[in-house]
Amino acid sequence: MTGDASIVAKDLTRRFGSFVACDRITFDVRKGEVFGFLGANGAGKTTAIRMLTGLLSPSSGQATVAGHDVYTESESIKRHIGYMSQRFSLYEDLTVAENIRLYGGIYDLSDQQIRERTDAMLSRLGLRDAAGNLVRSIPLGWRQKLAFSVALLHEPRIVFLDEPTSGVDPITRRQFWEMIYQAASSGTTVFVTTHYMDEAEYCDRISIMVAGKIGAIGTPTELKKQFGTESVDEVFVRLARPASEPAAARRGDGA
Amino acid sequence: MSDAVVVQDVVKRFGAATAVAGVSLSIRSGELFGFIGPDGAGKTTLFRILATLLVPDEGSARVLGEDVVKALWSLRMRIGYMPGRFSLYPDLSVEENLRFFASVFGTTIAAERERIAPIYSQLEAFKERRAGALSGGMKQKLALCCALVHRPEILFLDEPTTGVDAVSRREFWDLLGDLKAGGLTAVVSTPYMDEADRCDRVALIQRGRLLAVDTPDAVARSFDRPLIAVRSQKRHETLRALREYQNTNTAYPFGETIHFTDKRTDVSVESLQAELRTFLESRGFRDLDVKPTPPTVEDTFMARMGPIEDVGEGTPAA
Repeated sequence: MTGDASIVAKDLTRRFGSFVACDRITFDVRKGEVFGFLGANGAGKTTAIRMLTGLLSPSSGQATVAGHDVYTESESIKRHIGYMSQRFSLYEDLTVAENIRLYGGIYDLSDQQIRERTDAMLSRLGLRDAAGNLVRSIPLGWRQKLAFSVALLHEPRIVFLDEPTSGVDPITRRQFWEMIYQAASSGTTVFVTTHYMDEAEYCDRISIMVAGKIGAIGTPTELKKQFGTESVDEVFVRLARPASEPAAARRGDGA
Repeated sequence: MSDAVVVQDVVKRFGAATAVAGVSLSIRSGELFGFIGPDGAGKTTLFRILATLLVPDEGSARVLGEDVVKALWSLRMRIGYMPGRFSLYPDLSVEENLRFFASVFGTTIAAERERIAPIYSQLEAFKERRAGALSGGMKQKLALCCALVHRPEILFLDEPTTGVDAVSRREFWDLLGDLKAGGLTAVVSTPYMDEADRCDRVALIQRGRLLAVDTPDAVARSFDRPLIAVRSQKRHETLRALREYQNTNTAYPFGETIHFTDKRTDVSVESLQAELRTFLESRGFRDLDVKPTPPTVEDTFMARMGPIEDVGEGTPAA
């Protein structure tokens, strides 16, 4: 791999019994890139993400994440990545400051580092006065911004965002993307999934998984050109539902 | 046409939080009506009130002519409700779930076959599969089938497309279109603004209040000033430059463009466009495309939702 690659996957495969959830996927993600990882429900995204985050061992193929091998160095991978999702990000029964301290502890930061970074984060987010508030009392949009910052607390080289903006209001959603750009411009690689097709347009490059394989990969502009469409949304529709094939015939597999 | 739903001044509080803060509206019989808004806007609370599962603190609501508090037992036979969270039995098969919901309402799959056929035909190939092992889109179709099996006169679907991929979402809305064509009234909530166009009328909802109630087209057209789309190779840099432009009212990324509005309301669109282009070119941007664009429901939503809720000292820089 080159020194510039954050993620390198080659023929990465995962089978569950006779079902091939991830079928020889090959791609790389560059340092500081905003990489959109798209696909229909059940196309294999979650399986791929679990392999890349060191939570699931591949059946075959190779991959390195932040230079660490997914088979033999999954613990190092976990230390060098950040993760947040829509479903789970912060502990609602802990305060803002307690959440930050908890994650700082989990990632082995020193007390001084935790203090300094908590301080900087709360100032940056304008959440200083809310440090002692329970996370459950904070509006969703704020929670997601905080969760993203917490995922970056240990200064990971790569951050995985799994539908980070789901259900968030349209202005906060856009502010969230500003934060993504900021993280990327400071060198953090951002690996993001979304069901908002306008957000796919905000990525440097995207891949679209179809039935366990990577159906397309490139910049949004390249993909639109390749498929002769006006939007990524249409590219997605073309790939996910090849013309006239009855939808139900291929659906139904667990995501 | 009669009204299927009439909501008057409904308020619902949970402790110190006001989930629904005085909502009034009516939904016509046969309408496909959408509540569009983010999480926490009050959609679920309102749906639970309309589905007779919660009692409002203030105000009243009638569904199919009956009061949701006084007539809950008779109403429950006449309405179909699909909650936002997947609420079927994950360990029962597709067919067993459907059979169970049919039996609760004193009917059978066989008796309702015709009614549910358009949806059930898409599920039948998987009828032995555990519901918990279905993909997101298929779970939603099964839930819809279960909500329909007792022939309700009106359907309340709370965020049926949340977390569902863009293609499955389209298919789900196609199904709702078919149901509407069959005469059913359907009330649907969604956080996806682009789904507004699939509805006859929509209510934009935020923090327990309605921002607008109208056809999607009229909501979009109610945007109160010229909207300009800027296309640039360097989108993020362009966006940052626009933040520094003295006449900028709003500048938001919007798919592959930036949607811009000007502070001045007394200047022609042509001049706004020309001045904007001059400004961006003075900042070194080339290959620009600057032209008016029709506003969408999402533009209107952002314009009307007001400032982001504040939780600390000052607002963030982001």
